[in-house]
Amino acid sequence: MMEPGLYHVLIISTALFFIGVFGFLTRRNLITMLMSIELVLNSVNINFIAFNKYAWPNKLDGLFFSIFVIAIAAAEAAVAIAIIINLYRSHQSIDVENAADLKF
Amino acid sequence: MNGSTIIFYLLTTLILVSGILSVTTRKIFRAAIFLLFSLIGIAGLYFWMQYEFIAAVQIVVYVGGITVLIIFSIFLTQQAGELLPKQNKGRILFSVLAAFCGFALTLLQIFRHTFGRSFERPVLPSMENIGNQMLGIEANGFALPFEVVSILLLAAMIGCIVIALRSKPETV
Repeated sequence: MMEPGLYHVLIISTALFFIGVFGFLTRRNLITMLMSIELVLNSVNINFIAFNKYAWPNKLDGLFFSIFVIAIAAAEAAVAIAIIINLYRSHQSIDVENAADLKF
Repeated sequence: MNGSTIIFYLLTTLILVSGILSVTTRKIFRAAIFLLFSLIGIAGLYFWMQYEFIAAVQIVVYVGGITVLIIFSIFLTQQAGELLPKQNKGRILFSVLAAFCGFALTLLQIFRHTFGRSFERPVLPSMENIGNQMLGIEANGFALPFEVVSILLLAAMIGCIVIALRSKPETV
């Protein structure tokens, strides 16, 4: 048990990233896949903040990057949920195996 | 082993355990709740690193916004009490293998690399500094990305309304 530093935070974010990747590969339900993507995006944010704090404390660039990532993730989640609800309305299911046909 | 270290490891446990449970549980509502706890743990990690503003943004946007949106869409699309279908063993095995290999490879690269450190005077991530730099138009200002993101959010909002609009009212 050492004093936590940059490497500890990087290990957490790497683990969280690959938990998200695992969920994305195994889940077949669109909402749970979206949750896995949220975990991946959050691990990226942790990385930005950790580098900002431990490697370049004289700038705030990492913080601004993570603010913009959060804004874009919110937009992405909203659009994805609109698409999922539309898909449920037309197919009565949000399983990716049942959504194999394209409209055009 | 002081209090700060203990809090760090507690937060780590919260984030990783609830993250793993969130991607493995077969009840979708529980998956959303575990995701909520994982996001709260990440906000705690930001507080631990003394980035209070980003921790507050994390709580407001993720915990208060995205999780609620996900729970709403679960209510709209799932039958209550229904378990998610079981995955076949091969897919789970290969997913674990892929995730673990990626994890090991990334950790190897992280530990072989030594990160530099700047020794200039640190800038506090205070509300005043963030606000001045966010809307600054001189060097190191983020006014242009700020405006671009605002256009993107507007476009996403209009896009959501257009996608979710009922095109044919007779098909319920």
